[in-house]
Amino acid sequence: MFKELKTAFLMLLVFTLITGVAYPLLVTVFAQVAFNDAANGSLIMRDGKAVGSRLLGQPFSDAGYFWSRPSATGPMPYNGAASSGSNQGPLSPALHEAVEGRLAALREASSPADAATAVPVDLVTASSSGLDPHISPAAARYQIERVATTRKRPAEQIAALVAQHTEPRWLGLLGEPRVNVLELNLALDGLSAK
Amino acid sequence: MSAVPFLSSLFFLAVLTASVKPLGRYMARVYQGERTLLSPVLGPLERIVYRVAGVDASASMHWTRYAFAMLWLNVLGALAVYGLQRAQSILPANPQSMGAVSADSAFNTAVSFATNTNWQGYAGEATMSYLTQMLGLAVQNFVSAACGMAVLIALIRGFSSRNSDSIGNFWVDCTRSILYVLLPLSLLLAGALVTQGVVQSFSPYATVALVQPVDHEKAAEDAEGKPRLDAEGKPVMEAARTTEQKVPLGPAASQVAIKQLGTNGGGFFNVNSAHPFENPTPLSNFLQVLAILLIPAAFCYTFGAMVGDTRQGWAIYAAMTFVFVALLGVATWAEQTGNPQLAARGVDDRASALQSGGNMEGKEVRFGIAASALWATTTTAASNGSVNSMHDSYTPLGGAVPMWLMQLGEVIYGGVGSGLYGMLVFAIIGVFIAGLMIGRTPEYLGKKLEAFEIKMAAIVILVPPLFVLAGTALAVMSEAGRAGIANPGAHGFSEILYALSSAGNNNGSAFAGLSANTPFYNTLLGVAMWCSRYWLAIPVLAIAGSLAAKKTVPSGPGTLPTHTPLFVALLIGTVLVVGALTFVPALALGPIVEHLLLYPAR
Repeated sequence: MFKELKTAFLMLLVFTLITGVAYPLLVTVFAQVAFNDAANGSLIMRDGKAVGSRLLGQPFSDAGYFWSRPSATGPMPYNGAASSGSNQGPLSPALHEAVEGRLAALREASSPADAATAVPVDLVTASSSGLDPHISPAAARYQIERVATTRKRPAEQIAALVAQHTEPRWLGLLGEPRVNVLELNLALDGLSAK
Repeated sequence: MSAVPFLSSLFFLAVLTASVKPLGRYMARVYQGERTLLSPVLGPLERIVYRVAGVDASASMHWTRYAFAMLWLNVLGALAVYGLQRAQSILPANPQSMGAVSADSAFNTAVSFATNTNWQGYAGEATMSYLTQMLGLAVQNFVSAACGMAVLIALIRGFSSRNSDSIGNFWVDCTRSILYVLLPLSLLLAGALVTQGVVQSFSPYATVALVQPVDHEKAAEDAEGKPRLDAEGKPVMEAARTTEQKVPLGPAASQVAIKQLGTNGGGFFNVNSAHPFENPTPLSNFLQVLAILLIPAAFCYTFGAMVGDTRQGWAIYAAMTFVFVALLGVATWAEQTGNPQLAARGVDDRASALQSGGNMEGKEVRFGIAASALWATTTTAASNGSVNSMHDSYTPLGGAVPMWLMQLGEVIYGGVGSGLYGMLVFAIIGVFIAGLMIGRTPEYLGKKLEAFEIKMAAIVILVPPLFVLAGTALAVMSEAGRAGIANPGAHGFSEILYALSSAGNNNGSAFAGLSANTPFYNTLLGVAMWCSRYWLAIPVLAIAGSLAAKKTVPSGPGTLPTHTPLFVALLIGTVLVVGALTFVPALALGPIVEHLLLYPAR
């Protein structure tokens, strides 16, 4: 019964060296040398300062920005140090209350003409990670009028910017079409600066 | 509804099926000690491992010795993970200064990773140091997977050998699983994931300035940094403004790769593969979801090749795939249908060219419905348990699919090794039932199945339901168990049933609203995970030992052929009937009631 105990100890040691030290170090060296940007969080730099990560969403509530999806992280939304979903079930009273609040906020900010339009579902439901960097093209289109009015720009110009920042499915097959909210909003600020 | 969910799932199944034969044949060669493409590189490394550990690679073990070798490796592994968590605050590679993990949580996590369950009671980015993740968790990802693979190979040898008192050498099977299968595939996958944006770094978390600062509430603290409480004992909230965002880092890519390939599933970050840094793109998602089923599916071919009749393996693969496709269909349909009560409030959840629509609560836009439902089905068909969407927020029927897949015993592909050995036990039961019908001694692959094998098979089938159902009953009857519930009503019951189904079948996914990082759940789930791993693996090894000692009988007119559609149907029937009879009453109290409430009669 104890015959294999010593072997087990030595084996665990060897496996730890191979899979717990050599393997992650090898991958790290490869990643840091060949894909430095991606391995370190895909940061967006502006004037030598990191203003965000292309892969992590940020919260927006100004009418002049496109809004991200609701985030369930605490204590503040889009907390990068504590990813979390809401884990609310489809009948949860908390979910229904939250969705009502989000619908009201979106409708209040949009023009009266848009207030009756049904709101794209991803804009009123919390993402899985609480850090979703994307909204659907439908959710972006829903906000174009509001952003254009607030920024006093033609809606066509904003729509063109949205189209520019829309990523298609991979090979037309995998994943979903999506718009990166942070990059889109940075591009909006870029317009105003010109 | 667009054709995309259908086409992307078809694409997934096509790639998976195409990989079964090449990988399966490669693994058969590895375990039979034949030369492979990687032998020139890995052969010398393999021999060094044996020399350092003092292993005689040519010695074949009796099944009891084989079982003890596996148990010791896992006991020591669990102790190492426990020790690392408790001592991480004074160990190196801890740039975020994580404190020691509590004893009950550390116990739960240690058991969880040693048993290939990878239930996460903790939030990775707020709990574990880089050293714990690497030396503790990632190593167990490899070792626990290799143990499952070794047990399967031992069982296959039980079928293929004759009049033998041994079933192979555990250390050799384990070492080859890691060196020849898991490590090369992990290196490839980790490299591919890095190109997509999965982080791999030892730097401390980065900080970026938010484009628009955010106003929110936070718990007020007193002078000592403890939360201030009001007269009722609730934390006092105060207004706060946050201007920065933390960007978490760490050696994630290397760990994500093995967590999928080893059907472990324990995420580097709290939300697992829903986190943009674990799973940033549709391509990274596809590679990961494929990696989950890659080895379990290919083992069907390895099994056929090693028993000398590949049709036997394909029959099992066909049975698994049939159940998988049917349940994938249900999950995708249910999630795409969405939440009728939100639609009634003026929410647009119809699928179109501009949005995936459906039930998007707890899902990421880049994955939408199709890739989320595919993942939920895959991760619970295999005993993986990683998630790319929050199962707790699924529609009742959409959430019932992953729950029931776990309750079937993790045999639809299942965990690496453990899935197929579980399925072979169902095959033994199926053949036994067929034998009873025609009044013949049942035989499978030329081995007569007698009282001992059937007793062991019965244990394998009964242990997980025992822990799932008794554990759920215990939790709902106790104050400490009910305290963890997040959602009211039937859904709250589902949260508990899901947790026990997950632990009792070594899956590791969760209805994550349940607050399970408490002494009660850490202990209950820890015990469930430990017993339902080894109380299955040991009887399986006993079957292997007993079969190996038997002679092979030639098939006669009374033999049930086990490569025909009839056998496939019999096997599917056995799995589904056992799963349905055992769990439908419990499911009726959770998802089925909830479904009826979501669609009330008018």
